[in-house]
Amino acid sequence: MKYIVCLKQVPETDKVKINPQTGTLIREGVKSIINPYDLYALEAALRMKDAYGGEIVVVSMGPPQAEEALREAIAYGADEAILLSDRAFAGADTLATSYTLAQAIKKIGDYDIVFCGKQAIDGDTAQVGPELAFRLGIPYATYVYKLEIRDGVLFVERNLDDGTQVLKLSLPALVTIVKEVGEIRVPSIRGKMRAKKAQISVWGGAEIEADPSKLGLNGSPTRVAEIFSPPPRGEKIILTGKPEECVKQLCEKLKEVIL
Amino acid sequence: MELILNKDKCNGCGECVKVCPFGAIELENGLPQTNENCRLCGVCVKKCPQGALKLPEGTPERKIEDARDVWVFAEQKGGKFAEVVYELLGKGRGLANTLNQKLVAVAIGSELEEEAHNLIAYGADIVYLFEHPDLKDFNEKKYGQVLIDFIKQNRPNIFLAGATSRGRSLIPQVAAALETGLTADCTGLEVDAETGLLLQTRPAYGGNIMATITCASTRPQMATVRPHIFPRTEPIAGHEGKIVKLEPNLDGLDDVMEVISFAQTEIEGPDLTDAEIVIGVGRGIKGPQNLPLVEKLAKLLGARVGGTRAVVDAGWLPARCQIGQTGLTISPKLYIACGISGAIQHIVGIQSAKRIVAINKDPEAPIFEIADCGIVGDLFEVIPVLIEEIKHKRGEENV
Ligand SMILES: Cc1cc2nc3c(=O)[nH]c(=O)nc-3n(C[C@H](O)[C@H](O)[C@H](O)COP(=O)(O)OP(=O)(O)OC[C@H]3O[C@@H](n4cnc5c(N)ncnc54)[C@H](O)[C@@H]3O)c2cc1C
Ligand SMILES: Nc1ncnc2c1ncn2[C@@H]1O[C@H](COP(=O)(O)O)[C@@H](O)[C@H]1O
Repeated sequence: MKYIVCLKQVPETDKVKINPQTGTLIREGVKSIINPYDLYALEAALRMKDAYGGEIVVVSMGPPQAEEALREAIAYGADEAILLSDRAFAGADTLATSYTLAQAIKKIGDYDIVFCGKQAIDGDTAQVGPELAFRLGIPYATYVYKLEIRDGVLFVERNLDDGTQVLKLSLPALVTIVKEVGEIRVPSIRGKMRAKKAQISVWGGAEIEADPSKLGLNGSPTRVAEIFSPPPRGEKIILTGKPEECVKQLCEKLKEVIL
Repeated sequence: MELILNKDKCNGCGECVKVCPFGAIELENGLPQTNENCRLCGVCVKKCPQGALKLPEGTPERKIEDARDVWVFAEQKGGKFAEVVYELLGKGRGLANTLNQKLVAVAIGSELEEEAHNLIAYGADIVYLFEHPDLKDFNEKKYGQVLIDFIKQNRPNIFLAGATSRGRSLIPQVAAALETGLTADCTGLEVDAETGLLLQTRPAYGGNIMATITCASTRPQMATVRPHIFPRTEPIAGHEGKIVKLEPNLDGLDDVMEVISFAQTEIEGPDLTDAEIVIGVGRGIKGPQNLPLVEKLAKLLGARVGGTRAVVDAGWLPARCQIGQTGLTISPKLYIACGISGAIQHIVGIQSAKRIVAINKDPEAPIFEIADCGIVGDLFEVIPVLIEEIKHKRGEENV
């Protein structure tokens, strides 16, 4: 079995703000972390490996420092890591990102399951997984929290807004993973050692035989026309008196909604 | 330019009339004749059993300007259209009017025809229906194939879907197939007066930032739209439209992806993401033994209960009830945060709620920064009083 985990390094989003003078993003001093959902995806892959054997390849598209995130993934138990890094990849939206990842995964080849997080917490789009599956021509299931292989077929359970579905997918397939899978395990000492020494391949556009017009900003049909801070919420009141008094005022304010 | 008919091959079977998505072919003297609705989409060419139809040579490259109409994906659950569909029809009607284009709804499922009339009442000019027993359950692979085939033939200008679990899962593959842009989870949609482009506004970086996205050079301009942001409008009196039933092509999908079962959430009423009022509980609730108090309030308000990660990690609520960065994003009319500190990872999931009420005994709790109305107090004292007051007030109203 070969499992591929797509993992993204993201800024700790709560620290990202807009500079009111320049209207640009303030990124300085913001720490980078592995997208939390991608750690659930990695944990899901590790459990499949525990159950059925095989190897795990982690793939990340990002700047050179994303190598850190890949080493961390090896510490957790991934076998191999590939960094997709090239100036030409910069400015990619989900369409271009899914193209780049798909080219890399086709080159890796021979895979059985591709794991993505439910979404990346910087853009919160949740689009790369399904777009990638389409480009690879394989079935996919989103919001997955349980996986099992029986007779060479993948069975998954996944969340929808109003309930849960059990699905059967032919392999290879792609899944996007939610929190219910469980927190990432603690890295072993051996894993940490391996992570330090591991050789991480870096692939650019040439290595993945990409069509330059489909990469990065060139391959991205969407453009950010404007960014701005969210408008402030309206007037507010804070009530501190006796519960009876506070509640009376609250109910008055919320009359139309709660009565 | 017109469709080319080989009269020697045509036997007048009328298959092309049946398969044409636009009602653009009629039989005249036993031979197909196209009218002005023909878009040279080529469906009839593919479907003609005799191979008697051909597209004209050099069918022009499709241009951006040729893309027309505002389309809405009419998501259904158990044969009923999702609430957000009606919100999108209201918004879509406005966009279509501004652009002087049609509003089109496309629905996929089984036995939807009766419901489909509602879509017209709420503003759709055309409803395309794909019905098949195999399409009863939501299945990305099957729904995807149907949608992709159909949109490729039709080139809408704008395509909108609800940012529900189903919408957000289904639509990205369509964008990939069409090599076009897709903006996720929008909270604002406008047409730019100068360029006619769709301005798609959405929160990013956990809502710390708003971004307006455009898609200038590919079509359709696609977006998923957060539920509850746009109001559900009233039906339009006397609005007329037509329902076009189409045959889905599900070839080649056997055994690729099957729905084995679906278990509806046991609790009655709307889902957490669809509820008008949501009560959130945090670690301040102290333990699962105190949930009944909150549930009593929820029952009274017709609300649903969700919680913070701390509460889910403690096992007091199931993971699917977690609200925030690694859980659900909700936008109810009212959110009541009980015993929640207001960590940023929680806030990002609730900040598009119309109103936020917070009950917390710590006056310094960050939740008060975003609350419209805060009560500094012990939730175990405040909630019972609140329940009594609501009952009391309702009693008064009834007199
Ligand atoms: C990567 C990452 C992702 C995360 N994702 C999420 C997420 O999706 N959702 C989420 O919620 N969190 C998330 N968190 C966790 C988040 O940072 C907070 O830890 C969590 O939201 C705190 O939950 P809480 O408010 O219930 O608990 P606490 O922070 O412990 O707050 C409890 C509050 O209850 C008040 N209180 C106590 N007793 C009473 C009483 N009797 N009456 C009234 N008030 C009382 C206290 O004053 C306090 O303010 C995430 C964290 C990380 C690092
Ligand atoms: N640059 C990237 N490199 C590797 N994986 C990515 C990248 N961007 C997105 N992904 C994967 O796609 C998922 C969804 O991302 P998004 O569509 O950006 O919300 C993430 O959880 C990752 O698994």
